[in-house]
Parts: sequence; structure tokens; C-alpha cells
Amino acid sequence: MSRIGIRCLALIAVLIGACGQSSPAEPTAPPAEPTTLTVMTHDSFEVSQEVVAAFEQAHNARIRFFKAGDAGTALNQAILSRESPLADVLYGVDNTFLSRALEEGIFEAYNSPLLSQIPDEFKLDPGNRALPVDYGDVCLNYDRGYFDQRDLAPPTRLEDLTQPEYADLTVVQNPATSSPGLAFLLATIGHFGVDSYRDYWADLQQNGVLVVSDWETAYYGEFTLHGGERPIVVSYGSSPPAEVYFADPPIDEPPTGVVTAEGSCFRQIEFVGILQGTQVRDLARAWVDFMLSPTFQEDMPLNMFVFPVNPNAALPDVFAAHLVIPDQTAQVAPDSIAANREAWIEQWRNVTLR
Amino acid sequence: MAKRDAALAARGGKRNAQGVRLSTALLWIAPLLFLALFYFYPLGTILQTSFARGEAGVGGALLRVFADPSARGALWFTFWQAALSTALTLVIGLPGAYLLARYRFPGKRLLRALTGIPFVLPTLVAAAAFNALLGPSGWVNVALMRLFGLGAPPVAFTQSLAAILVAHVFYNTTIVLRLVGDFWSRLDPRHGAAAQVLGASAFHRFRTVTLPLLAPAVTAAALLVFIFDFTSFGVILVLGGPRFATLEVEIYIQTISLFNLPLAAALSVLQLAATLALTVIYTRLMARLSRPLSLQTREIAQQPLRGRRNKLLAAAILTLLLALLVAPLAALASRSFVRLSPRDAPRQTAPTGFTLDFYRQLGRDPQEGVFFVPPTVAIRNSLAFAGATVVLGLALGLPASWALARDSRSLLSRLLDPLLMLPLGTSAVTLGLGFILALDQPPLNLRASPLLLPLAHTLVAFPFIVRSLTPALRSIQPRLREAATVLGASPTRVLRTVDLPLIGRALLVAASFAFMISLGEFGATSLLARPEYPTVPVAIFRFLSRPGAVNFGQAMALSTILMALTGGGMLAIERFRLAEIGEF
Repeated sequence: MSRIGIRCLALIAVLIGACGQSSPAEPTAPPAEPTTLTVMTHDSFEVSQEVVAAFEQAHNARIRFFKAGDAGTALNQAILSRESPLADVLYGVDNTFLSRALEEGIFEAYNSPLLSQIPDEFKLDPGNRALPVDYGDVCLNYDRGYFDQRDLAPPTRLEDLTQPEYADLTVVQNPATSSPGLAFLLATIGHFGVDSYRDYWADLQQNGVLVVSDWETAYYGEFTLHGGERPIVVSYGSSPPAEVYFADPPIDEPPTGVVTAEGSCFRQIEFVGILQGTQVRDLARAWVDFMLSPTFQEDMPLNMFVFPVNPNAALPDVFAAHLVIPDQTAQVAPDSIAANREAWIEQWRNVTLR
Repeated sequence: MAKRDAALAARGGKRNAQGVRLSTALLWIAPLLFLALFYFYPLGTILQTSFARGEAGVGGALLRVFADPSARGALWFTFWQAALSTALTLVIGLPGAYLLARYRFPGKRLLRALTGIPFVLPTLVAAAAFNALLGPSGWVNVALMRLFGLGAPPVAFTQSLAAILVAHVFYNTTIVLRLVGDFWSRLDPRHGAAAQVLGASAFHRFRTVTLPLLAPAVTAAALLVFIFDFTSFGVILVLGGPRFATLEVEIYIQTISLFNLPLAAALSVLQLAATLALTVIYTRLMARLSRPLSLQTREIAQQPLRGRRNKLLAAAILTLLLALLVAPLAALASRSFVRLSPRDAPRQTAPTGFTLDFYRQLGRDPQEGVFFVPPTVAIRNSLAFAGATVVLGLALGLPASWALARDSRSLLSRLLDPLLMLPLGTSAVTLGLGFILALDQPPLNLRASPLLLPLAHTLVAFPFIVRSLTPALRSIQPRLREAATVLGASPTRVLRTVDLPLIGRALLVAASFAFMISLGEFGATSLLARPEYPTVPVAIFRFLSRPGAVNFGQAMALSTILMALTGGGMLAIERFRLAEIGEF
């Protein structure tokens, strides 16, 4: 055993060495040893290398990103590791999870000077423990080709989905396992009210709505655009421009449309916060400022398909040309989400799955 | 040295038994230390913390589970779908194991390698594979629509119980093929021949001779398959849909979505208790079933396919395996080479047909993102983790299996045997959080360490390694060892010349399981924080989570690369020969 054990340790050491070499090159000979800042994020996080490098150079820092699962998993990890924090900063708590983060008290307040540039509608935490970074609208998308071919008008509001001509055409996600699924549930709650939304779901059910567990299955498995059978899907307002950006060969017009009628979309806002117990508070604050600054904000849309909360940040061309932003998204008060989130999910499961 | 051992062996009796017991206990040290640090400690920590968050304590939380109809429903569904899936997997797997064990035919190695590939596919990729085969625009539906001029796809497959069952068979048949097939291939065919001479019919021979001899391997495979199906998560969510929930799914929802940690912990305990009960039954059964056999080289046990009846039977089994296990893979791979035009393309003239663009684009990222990795780097990372898992898993699994095989009746072995299976039956969500919570102090501050990944993979691979090795080790006739000892062989020499050659094949099976489990990133790893070193499944997920045809195409291209990597890795392991181990 011992010899095998030693060999195995040696191999692991070699592996770590090999892996170490592959990590991004560190800045060449900085005056002092760079300070490391650990930023914990969800799996969907992405940022351009040069943007991070610019920050690292300016602050003599090394940023370590730490991906910790989906948004809920990352938040749970941050909460459970409170006693000995995994990171200095947590990015990616959205407004559906915000109350959990604030109630558990994992963030310390930071009144960033950049906050003055950001509209009040995004600032959901008056104590500035969680600072808004980006937003994205969860909306119904539809396959334009499908409706063109059949001379059927695409849906224009949530109520349409319960009409006979749209029977069996819609696929949505389970709010208990999917973040856009939960956002869409909240849109229906905001639009129809806490008392009537269940009737709407019962009608949807009657009209043959398909519920799947995750966005990938809905979009790449069931949506007609990608080979499925249902031309209406819950996705993001940013999906049509993304379809243009990731088309092959290039196309001029998005193949999908978005239902943007008043109160038919839910706006997800994502937040960043400095985790209690950080040893590098100044650097953490500098990073938070950086995330709110135009440099970072302008980099987000093409990496994460979310939009800047800082109005000074310009949108990339493809979004400027093809993005439709709803005038008025469904409104659900943050306090109400905090108080009822779990109960609504349970009620939804009772209406839809049983 | 040799002389003294011979003398000791000659004295035999009580002292020898004591010696065996002592050295058996020594063999347990490393595996137990590993399990204690990386399994029991994190698990205990997270359960304790979770229960402490509730007001009702452990008992109250458990009571709530039984009072909650959805939790009760999940428990019942978990059991019966696992039982049904396991039965189906055996129905498909046993004939396949027979074919692989008893006959030599061209392409056999390739078949073994191909049937192992499903095991490593991430669920989303497996779902894409079934979609490419059976979805509305999949091979089967398109063919049927063309053939019969139908307006709508006739086969609806995903989001159903059938999809869950088929996916479980797809994933786990390789377990039966490997565990049972390996054992079967070395059963002495003369037992059957003797029965035949005595006038037993084929069915009678199978029931009274082969099956009892095979029983240990079949039971071991069935247990592993059952536990995999019992803790099924991704398959249930993605292919079954929200109408189906196993305990593992319920634990995820309670933990992540509803943040009801006490209830989640109670469900985890329930799942563990079920696993433990099963394993205890299994070990009891095993003690009765296993007997020393004279295992044969495969040269003796296998024959070429001859005769019409044999060939027909082989063709039937082969067709079944290919249709269930290989056709979805082929359909998936085809998607990576084809531009799919939507059926209702909006006035666009998208060229459809063969393309290599998705592969070409894999190497670059227009945004030059921090998390982008070229496929070569992702492959290297995946292989490095898999290699570490194989080494670590064998280093820990070998002594544990040895101890179990040598001294299966001692109290230690009877206590520890069921415990080894527990990591497999543990909720990945729970254990993942346990790692975060427990491994936070030096020298065990591994939360951000790349070591955590192979450690977690080893935890899952461990039961497979032990189950692959123990039956082979147990079946070694003690007389062989005794004879070698009496003839003056030192314990090391006995090990090298008797044990190793006899278990060489099982060792390779164990290694390939560890390799597959690591490549497929089972269990808690999907919920662990991963600082750097994106692996192939992580890179696939990065593409799949973005909208756009190019992203999907690239995800399929990378999945095809993962399949090729797995198949190639399995072929390499099959060909691999340890210096001392001949073809056996």
C-alpha cells in the first residue's frame, strides 16, 4: 500500500504541477506581490480576459474566480461557509434569492460611489449590502417561422396562451428547479395577482402547457427553432439578439420574437456583495466599484447576455439593433417575494404537477 | 524469509488465523482513514448543521418527512422506478454479458468500449442524444414521417416514465456487462458440459449450474445498478420532467430552491438508511452465495461463434445492445456534423448538411472569456483528473477488497463491507455542501483545491472498485495460496504469482470504472466549487447554457469529443498489461 500510496501522491503532485502551469500567466514582475481577491460566482458567469487583466494591473491584484454551481447552490455555499468564508465577494444573487442572502447576513454594507450613477429601480437593498450589477428580462419567446408559415398571429400577451389556437404550443420551466422558470412564475403572479395566478396556471394546464425542469431542455429540446415541437418558450429578452450573434451562417433578423406586453416579463436583477469576514476589504470594494463601472458593464452583454444597470455603459451593436426591452415588467414587491417565495413554489407544484 | 513463512504456514492453525486477522486490520487503515476524512466527517458536519437549523431536531424532521405526502410519494416512486430500471437493465445486460463472456468475435473490444460510453455522458448530453434519435426531429421520427407521409412526428419519447427507464438502461447496462461479463468469462465451461452429459437441458443447465455460480457477480451488479437508479437525479429531471421526483430530486429542491435544510437532511438520512439496508441484505446474501471456484483463462472459456443458432442469438443480442446503447450515441455525433435547419425556417436559405464548422470554432472564443478553454486543455484536465482517480481509487480499493476477500467473516469485515457502499447512496447535494462546510481548516482546507475533484470521484468509484475486485479475490482457491506458501513462496511472491494474475482482469475492470466515473463527473462534483481547470463536461455545459445554433452545435461537437475520448480510453485500458499480469 505505502509504495502505491507514495506513487499516487507523486502522481497527484505532478498533476497539480502540470495544471498549475496552464493557469493564466501572472502579470510580469509586479513591484510587490499581488494581493489575491477571490470572487465567488454562479456557473453562468463569464468576463473577458482583458477586462480582468486591466483591473489586476491597476490594483496589483490577482483575481481568483470560484464557480460554485447554479445561483442557488452558490448562495447556499456562501451561507454555510460563513464562519470561514470561501471568498471575498459573491456575485450572482438575483432578486428572487436576495431575501435569503440578506436574512442570513452574509454581506457587509458598501456605499459604492458608483451607486449614484445607477437608477433607483435597481437598488433593492436600501442598506447597500447587495449592489445591483445587471438585469435581464425573462419573457416568452416565439419561433417567428412557425407562426409565419401557418398565418397564425404570434401571442402578444400572457392571456393568449390559454386560448384554443395556442393549445399545446407552450413550454415553460419548473420554478422549483429553474431560475427562468421561477421568474416566469413571478411574472404571472405580478400580472394576475397573488389570488388569481393559480387560475391562470390551471387554465394553462388545461391548454396543454408543457413543463420541463430546465432551460436547456425547454430551449434545445422542445422549442421548434431547435428541432422541438413547441413554438413558444420561456427564455430571455436577450435570446433573439443572441440567436443573431450565434447564427451560422450570419442572419440579419432574429428568428425569434419576444412577448413584451405590459406585465408579461419579469426582470431579474443580479447583485454583488462583499462577504462578511473578508481580509482584503479595500480590494473587494475596488472590485465592486469596477463591476459597476462602464468598462465591466459594457463587457457583460456579450459574455452573459444580461444588461448593464449603469446607463453610462453602451450596448454592443447586436443588442442595440435587435433587443426589445419591455416598457413595463411585471411588478412583485421584493418584500412579497421574500415572504412568499417558498409558499408560491409549493402552491405552483400543487396546481401544476399533481 | 521464504523458509520462515513456510514454517509459519506449516504450523498453521490458530496463530495463522490471528496473523491473518491482524494483517487484515492493517489493510483497512488507509481506506478507512480516507472514508473517515472525506466522507463521514463532511457528511456528519452537514447533517448536524442542517438539523440544528430546524426547531424540531432530528426526530421532528424525520417525522415531517413521513407526514409530508410529497416526500412519501418521492420515497415510493424512488423505490419502484429503481427496481423496475434495475430489472430492465439486467434483462438487457445479462444476455449481453453472456455474449461477451462466451464468444470470440471480431469487433468485440470495440463493442465493449462503445457500451461504456453512455456511462460518462452528462445528463443534458444524454438527453440531447435521445432527442437526436427519438425527438420530433430525430432519426426515428423523420424516417417514420417520410416513410408513411405523416404530418406530425409519431413517437413522443422525452418527458415520460419510459424515457427514465430507457435512460437508466442506457447508462447502467455497462455495469452488468463489465461486472458479470468478466466473471462469466472465467467460469469453467466444463461444469455446464458435465451437466449436459448428464442430460440436463440448456435452461436447466443455466438455472442449476451457471446461475448459482454467477450469482455473486449478478447480485453485485444489480446492487450497484439499483443504487445508481435509486439516487438518480439528472435523468429524472431532464428526461422525466417535473412530474417525477426521486428522493435525490426532492433533496435538491428542498436544499436549493426552498432552503429547508432540516427537511433536506431528513430526506438524505432516509436515502442513506435505504442504501445501508440494501447493502446489509446484499452482504448477507453474498456470504451465502460466494464459493471458491477454479477460474479459467478466457482462452478456455471462450469459443468462436459457430453454428446457425448461436449466430442468430448473437445477432439478436447485438442488435438490442446497438439499438439501446450505441444508436443514441451515433445520433448525437451526427448532430455535431450537421447544420439543422428549423422546419419552419423564416425566409432564410440556411444551407443544411455536412459541416465541420462546429469543430473549427471550438478553439476560439470571440469574447476571449476568462473561462473559455480550448478543447485540448479541457481534455487534458479531464484526463488528469481521471488518471488521479484511477490511481487513488486502486490504491485505496485494493487493500479494502483484499481485506474483505481474505477475512469476510470477521466482525471488522462484516461491519465495514456495507459502509463502503454508502457514498454511492449519499445525496450529492448534501455531500457537496458537507465538503464546503467541513474541509475548511488547514491542513484539510481543500475547498478550493483541485485535489477535491479526484477525491470526490474516488469516493464514488470506491464501491465499484471494491465490487469488481472482491468477487475475483474471493474466488481464488485458498489451496493455491497455501500450495505456493508450502512450496516456499514469500507472501509478496504469492501475491505476485498467484493473486495478481488471477485478478488482473478484475483490476482492469476496476480501473475502467474509476476512469469512467471521473470522466463523467458523478455525484457531488457537479455541486462543488471549481476554481480553475475546466473539464470537458464543464466546457460542454458552458455552450449548452447559451442560446444560439452555434452554441448548440459546439456543445454537440465537444460531446462527440468526450465520447471519442472515453471510447479511446477504454480501449487503451483494455489493452493495458501490467508487467506481471498476463492475459487472464
